[in-house]
Amino acid sequence: MQLKQLANISMALAAASCAALGQQAEAGTLLDDWQFNSAILLYNETDRVSAGEAILTARGDFGDDKYLNLGLVVDALTGASATGAVAQPYVQSFTRPSGRGSYDVAPGVTPLDDTFHDTRVQLDASWEQPLATNWRASGGGHLSKEYDYLSMGLNGSLARDFNQKNTTVSLGLGYSHDTISPEGGIATAFAPMLLRSDYADDSSYQAAFDATRDRADDTKDTLDVLLGLTQVINRNWLMQLNYSLSMADGYMTDPFKLVSVVNANGEVQQNLYENRPDQRTKHSVYWQNKLHLGGSYLDASYRYMWDDWELTSHTADLKWRLPMTDRWYVEPQFRYYQQSAAEFYQPFILQAEPLPQYVSADYRIGKMNTYTVGAKFGTKLAQGNELSFRIALYQQNPQNDRVAAPGVLANVELYEKVTAVMAQVSYSF
Amino acid sequence: MKLKKILGAGLTLLLLSQLTACSTLGVKPWQRDTLAKEEMALNSAPLDNRLDDHIYFSKEGSSGGRSFAGGGCGCN
Repeated sequence: MQLKQLANISMALAAASCAALGQQAEAGTLLDDWQFNSAILLYNETDRVSAGEAILTARGDFGDDKYLNLGLVVDALTGASATGAVAQPYVQSFTRPSGRGSYDVAPGVTPLDDTFHDTRVQLDASWEQPLATNWRASGGGHLSKEYDYLSMGLNGSLARDFNQKNTTVSLGLGYSHDTISPEGGIATAFAPMLLRSDYADDSSYQAAFDATRDRADDTKDTLDVLLGLTQVINRNWLMQLNYSLSMADGYMTDPFKLVSVVNANGEVQQNLYENRPDQRTKHSVYWQNKLHLGGSYLDASYRYMWDDWELTSHTADLKWRLPMTDRWYVEPQFRYYQQSAAEFYQPFILQAEPLPQYVSADYRIGKMNTYTVGAKFGTKLAQGNELSFRIALYQQNPQNDRVAAPGVLANVELYEKVTAVMAQVSYSF
Repeated sequence: MKLKKILGAGLTLLLLSQLTACSTLGVKPWQRDTLAKEEMALNSAPLDNRLDDHIYFSKEGSSGGRSFAGGGCGCN
C-alpha cells in the first residue's frame, strides 16, 4: 500500500513535470486524483502597509478516503506600520528598530515606521485517513520562514461520527515553536529609544544602543486544543460548535513597538520599547451555521473570545452565496469585529506615574471595532474548474477607552482609523 | 403580571418544542443531496478562510475559533 502511494506521488510528480515542459502528460489520469487550489491576494492600507500573498494547495486522493494535503504560501509586506508612539504638534525624530538610521514624523501625524518590509514562505503538509468505522484521523505540520521569524509546528486531530454521521465530535491538538530574531536584537523591557543626534560620535552611540539590547533572539511556544461538535440539523442546515484553548508561553512583545512617556502637558519626554507578559491563555467559542435557503447558501458564524490579558472580542461573519445564472454566483460578505483593550494597553505613559510591569500602546490590542464589507463573484468552468474574484473593504476603528488626553495630546489624533482594500483572484483546477 | 405569565408559558412551550425537535435532528443517508454539495461544506472556501485568518490575526487582538489560533507569523 505504501509502495502504491509512493508510486502515485512519483507518477503525479512526473506528470506535473511533463506538463511544465509543455509535453503531453501520459499519466494524466493520475493527476485527476489531485485537486489544486490557488489564490493571489493584494492587501492595501491607505498610507500604510501593502501586502501580496499567493497560495497554492494540492489535495491528493489516495483512495479509501485517504488524502494528502500540501500547501505553499508566499507573501511579501511593505510600507509603514504604526509604532505606538503618539503624535505631537511638532516634528519628531525616531531611530529605526535596528538602531541604524532615523526618520522624522511631521507635526500632528501618527508616527509610522516606513521601513517595514518582510517576505514569508510557508510550507505545510497533512495526511488524513479513516482509522476504523466512524473514526477519522489526521496529522500534519508546517514550517514558516520570514527574514526575522521562524515558525515550526505539528498538529493532529481525531474525529468520531455518531447517529448515521449526523453528529461528529472531534479533538484537535496543535503545537508550534516560533523564534524571532529582529534586526538589531531584542530590546530590554522599557529600553529607551536612543537618538544618534544625542551622542558625540558613532562609537559612543553604538555602545549606548548595544546596552539597550540583551539578546539576539527569543522564542515562543504555543499549544492549541480544539474541541468540535458538528451536527446536521436537517436537510438544509448544518451546524458546528467549537471550543478552543490556546496557551502561549514565551516572547510576545512586539520588538518594533514603542510607548511614549509624556509630561502633564502631553509632551513626549521619551519613547520606550514596549513590554508584554510572556504568557497568554486564550479561549474561544465558535458557532457556525450553513443554511440552504431557496437555492442560496448562507454561512453565518459568531465567535466569542476571551483571554487572561483581559481582551475579549465578538466576531460576526456572514457570507451569502446567491446563484445568478447556471454558472455564475455572487456572494456578498460582511464581518463585524469588536474587542476590548488588553489590561496593559495604554496609549501613552504619564511621566508622573510609576512605570507599570507591562505596557503596550499597540492599537491592535486596544479597544477597537472593525468591519469588512465585500463581495465574491465566481464561475464554474469546464471540467469542474472554478474561477472567482473577491473584493473587500476593511475598516479599523480604534476607540478611546476613557483615557483623558493631557495638554497637546487633546489636539492630535490618538486613535487613527485605518482603511484597507483587499482584492483576490482564485482558481481551482 | 399576566403578560409575564403568558410570556413565561410561551417560552416554556418554545423550549419544549425545541427539545422534541432534538429527537428528530439529522437526516437519513438518502436525504443528503443538499448537504453533500460543495457550497454546504463548513470550510467551503478554504483559501479565502486561510487568507482572512492571516489578515485578521495580524491586525486584531484575537485569532482562532474555526481552526487553531497557533503561531506562524511575526507579521505586523
